[in-house]
Amino acid sequence: MTDTPKAPRWALWLPLALFLGFVVLVMIGLYHPADRNISSGLVGKAMPQFDLPPALPGRPGLDSKILANGKPHLVNVFASWCIPCRVEAPQLGELAKAGIPIEGISVRDTTENLQGFLEQNGDPFQRVGADDDGKVQLALGSSGVPETYVVDGKGTIVYQHIGEIRPEHLGLILEKLNEAKQ
Amino acid sequence: MKRVAFIALALVLVSPAAAQEEQSTAPYAYRQLDDAAKETKAQRLMESLRCLQCQGQSIADSDAPIAGSMRSLVRERIAAGEDPEAIRAWLIERYGDYVSYAPQFTTLTWPLFAVPAVLLLIAFLLLRRRFTRKPEDGQ
Repeated sequence: MTDTPKAPRWALWLPLALFLGFVVLVMIGLYHPADRNISSGLVGKAMPQFDLPPALPGRPGLDSKILANGKPHLVNVFASWCIPCRVEAPQLGELAKAGIPIEGISVRDTTENLQGFLEQNGDPFQRVGADDDGKVQLALGSSGVPETYVVDGKGTIVYQHIGEIRPEHLGLILEKLNEAKQ
Repeated sequence: MKRVAFIALALVLVSPAAAQEEQSTAPYAYRQLDDAAKETKAQRLMESLRCLQCQGQSIADSDAPIAGSMRSLVRERIAAGEDPEAIRAWLIERYGDYVSYAPQFTTLTWPLFAVPAVLLLIAFLLLRRRFTRKPEDGQ
């Protein structure tokens, strides 16, 4: 095998260069991890039809028909067992005070726990539907709690907020609600 | 020492403030379908659907409550005679390709399928050149 052509000198550095490239890739992955949120494919589409029974005695349940009554709504998917839902409660309270109708879907919860949660954290909801089997959550394309959907007056989902609404998100939510009015 | 004992006692006495997530009340979250053939069909689909909460597991393996809801959804629809691929498509419409473990052939993923075929072809061509004796080498 004496006639094998000699590799050029730079080829000596190739493994090191490859290794450094690999390290850079790992670092990029470490410092900018992939987004693990799964956004719903229904944004821009009509709200799925559902009719949830009341989650609280003496209060109305949630029928999706109410969402197409000409006014924009917020639909909040939440649960008493969800810690971030406590974090967003003051923000929802503020939105409710501003006159925005907020409809709740309580996922896999009990009446007792839900009542305790609302007593502790305030109750911004017009209606709360009980999604005990989690089917409406799946129909919505929601993969966890809390999630908040901005629904326009025709019942079209225009925006999905994944995770708790923190004070810095209020502006964005109000903006989406305003857009939904048009 | 007293303080340690106090903390230990506090840890034992204080119950967690947050309530537990309830299991799904959906009828087929933890129950198989009575029809064995349909259950097999459902099982096969469930093994290829991703749990949205514990994202490394299939809904057949996961004990997360949302996986229970998804299992029941799959079983109820299979029982109603729906095609497994239609159920998969319904979920993909909502959660994207991510929810399915069965690879989809799309404009984005076709290189994954094409590259192995191309590599095999190149390997075949290279090996053929190496193994075919050149005529001038012959005896």
